[in-house]
Amino acid sequence: MLSIKNLHVSVEGKSILKGINLEVKAGEVHAIMGPNGSGKSTLVHVLAGREGYDVTAGAVTYLGKDLLALRAEERAREGIFLGFQYPVEIPGVSNIYLLKAALNAIRKHRGEEELDAIDFLARVREKLKLVEMKEDFMYRSVNEGFSGGERKRNEILQMAVLEPRLALLDETDSGLDIDALKIVANGVNALRTPERAVVLVTHYQRLLNYIVPDYVHVLVQGRIVKSGDKSLAHELERRGYGWVEAEARA
Amino acid sequence: MATSNREVEELIGRQYRHGFTTLVEADSLPPGLNEDIIGALSAKKQEPAFMLEWRLKAYRHWLTMKEPKWAHVHYPPVDFQSIIYYSAPKSQKDRPKSLDEVDPKLLETYEKLGIPLKERELLAGVAVDAVFDSVSVATTFKDKLAELGIIFCSFSEAVQKYPDLVQKYLGSVVPYTDNFYASLNSAVFSDGSFVYVPKGVRCPMELSTYFRINASKTGQFERTLIVADEGAYVRYLEGCTAPMRDENQLHAAVVELVAMKDAQIKYSTVQNWYPGDEQGRGGIYNFVTKRGACRGDSARISWTQIETGSAITWKYPSVILEGDNSVGEFYSVALTNNYQQADTGTKMIHIGKNTRSTIVSKGIAAGHGQNAYRGLVKVLKGARDARNYTQCDSLLMGDKCGAHTFPYIEVKNPTAKVEHEATTSKISEDQLYYLRQRGLSAEDAVSMVVNGFCKEVFKELPMEFAVEAQKLIGVSLEGAVG
Repeated sequence: MLSIKNLHVSVEGKSILKGINLEVKAGEVHAIMGPNGSGKSTLVHVLAGREGYDVTAGAVTYLGKDLLALRAEERAREGIFLGFQYPVEIPGVSNIYLLKAALNAIRKHRGEEELDAIDFLARVREKLKLVEMKEDFMYRSVNEGFSGGERKRNEILQMAVLEPRLALLDETDSGLDIDALKIVANGVNALRTPERAVVLVTHYQRLLNYIVPDYVHVLVQGRIVKSGDKSLAHELERRGYGWVEAEARA
Repeated sequence: MATSNREVEELIGRQYRHGFTTLVEADSLPPGLNEDIIGALSAKKQEPAFMLEWRLKAYRHWLTMKEPKWAHVHYPPVDFQSIIYYSAPKSQKDRPKSLDEVDPKLLETYEKLGIPLKERELLAGVAVDAVFDSVSVATTFKDKLAELGIIFCSFSEAVQKYPDLVQKYLGSVVPYTDNFYASLNSAVFSDGSFVYVPKGVRCPMELSTYFRINASKTGQFERTLIVADEGAYVRYLEGCTAPMRDENQLHAAVVELVAMKDAQIKYSTVQNWYPGDEQGRGGIYNFVTKRGACRGDSARISWTQIETGSAITWKYPSVILEGDNSVGEFYSVALTNNYQQADTGTKMIHIGKNTRSTIVSKGIAAGHGQNAYRGLVKVLKGARDARNYTQCDSLLMGDKCGAHTFPYIEVKNPTAKVEHEATTSKISEDQLYYLRQRGLSAEDAVSMVVNGFCKEVFKELPMEFAVEAQKLIGVSLEGAVG
């Protein structure tokens, strides 16, 4: 589904990613771990299409397409969803209005008809249950006055409604208490199907107790220095990142 | 101008004595302004003597005035002698018979705005009864209104049929001496709307008029007067759109509102005059005086405006809160893109006790646009317990535009409570990225953020108007992204 080959990215002349290679197949969950500043967030934003990054070398293919040639909105319509680490507030725009506009933009791209208000609401209600949120939540302005946990659950709600092929989750666990973490994990697990893939970026192993990854990759200074299965995450939790960094330098 | 007061008085009091007969015959008056032109204009409209006298007094006063320079706008001097002050309306047969005969560019804009077909005909000047050039007014539901005793007609018709009402209220809120453009308007106003809602009557429908500037070089001097008698209620909608133009056009309207005891007037405007092209060429100069008076206790006047058009907007819809417990409101969205300039705001004059006013202003500047909020909250000595709340937010797009805020507050009663909040923000890349990551195009993302910013004002508009306004914001910001 997603194939990243020798990806080099710099920001304002500073090299951040230095040759990333990653293959993600449908049905897989990949966790990307690593210390602060290792380039984890840069990687997901480059994949999602944020501007301001210079791809200096390498290629990314998504469902057979040259991903880097697509604009952010085109990637979204092709089924890439990014759950933001810091979801931004959009005052005066209700959650439901944004979600409907987003869903219809994606459906239109696929040549499907727009959902009418009744079907749309039915779909939203079903997904609200998944993230244990009340309906009045939908009529509040996007992320405005939301707690950290509410913002993250809102990201998962959007993901659940938009049903992406590839979900990128950037530090979705940060700032969550254990109950919220479980809710978020349930949301992500509900999306795990043979057709979809998830790439989640996290600092801590904690989230991986609830979303069990197929692969774990350790990103250090812009390179994936170690890959393994979920046991690697446990090892990192126990021993920290120091030993991987040392191994990488050796 | 070094004219003494006495000279001014004399000038104003002088009787009109020039001839103008030949001028009356012509379809359009020649360009220029003098007493003959005003005499001819008044004669063409077969006005009673009081009207001509009033026009002449206004003209003579105007001669003593100077164009105001305090607004935060820049434009070359207007040559008032090159303006045509009267042009006859095109007769029905000269108008396009259907939309097929209308400029496709104009239709494209209507399409983008999602204006219903019926209204497109109206807006494009297809032969239906609508304001066209300087004369006539849409009076669709006249009969139904007449049953309730509501008068809704063109100003010219009101001068003929209801001279007593006109004489009683005309200039009672905006006197002919008020300001340079209001004086000019008083001298040469062509037409406009007149509304009178009698005691205790609730107007069952929203009254609306579409204005349109059409004839080249015809200055537009609309005059609107709305009177809501005791306990009456009326909602008035004013919407404008203008076709492409390559020269500047002056538009100096006056709107007066009078609300008696317990009466309520809600006046909404969507102003979309031609703003000029991307280089700032052409576009309308919109120098408007709008003011309402809450004459009786518990009267209520509310202004809502969506200003997206015009090269220059100079406009301060105001409320004079004379009656005790009266309420004034001003909700505004002003958007400037390319080289547009707007200097707009309001004046709330608290005279009665326990009077309240609310001001919500949303300014959006993109491109090289300059957007200024200018507002005055004045609490007079007798206005015990007066309250004002002002919220003034500016949104900037790009780094070549400007937002400016000039709030003036004068409080002469110590019991008054006046609050002012102001914010200036830039449209954030993070917001746009977030929305695009959800599948919205860059333009839709901008439109969504800006519409969210304006929401508090849009919710004051009637539903259909609000929908139109949202689309208008999107269309007006085209090309502002990136």
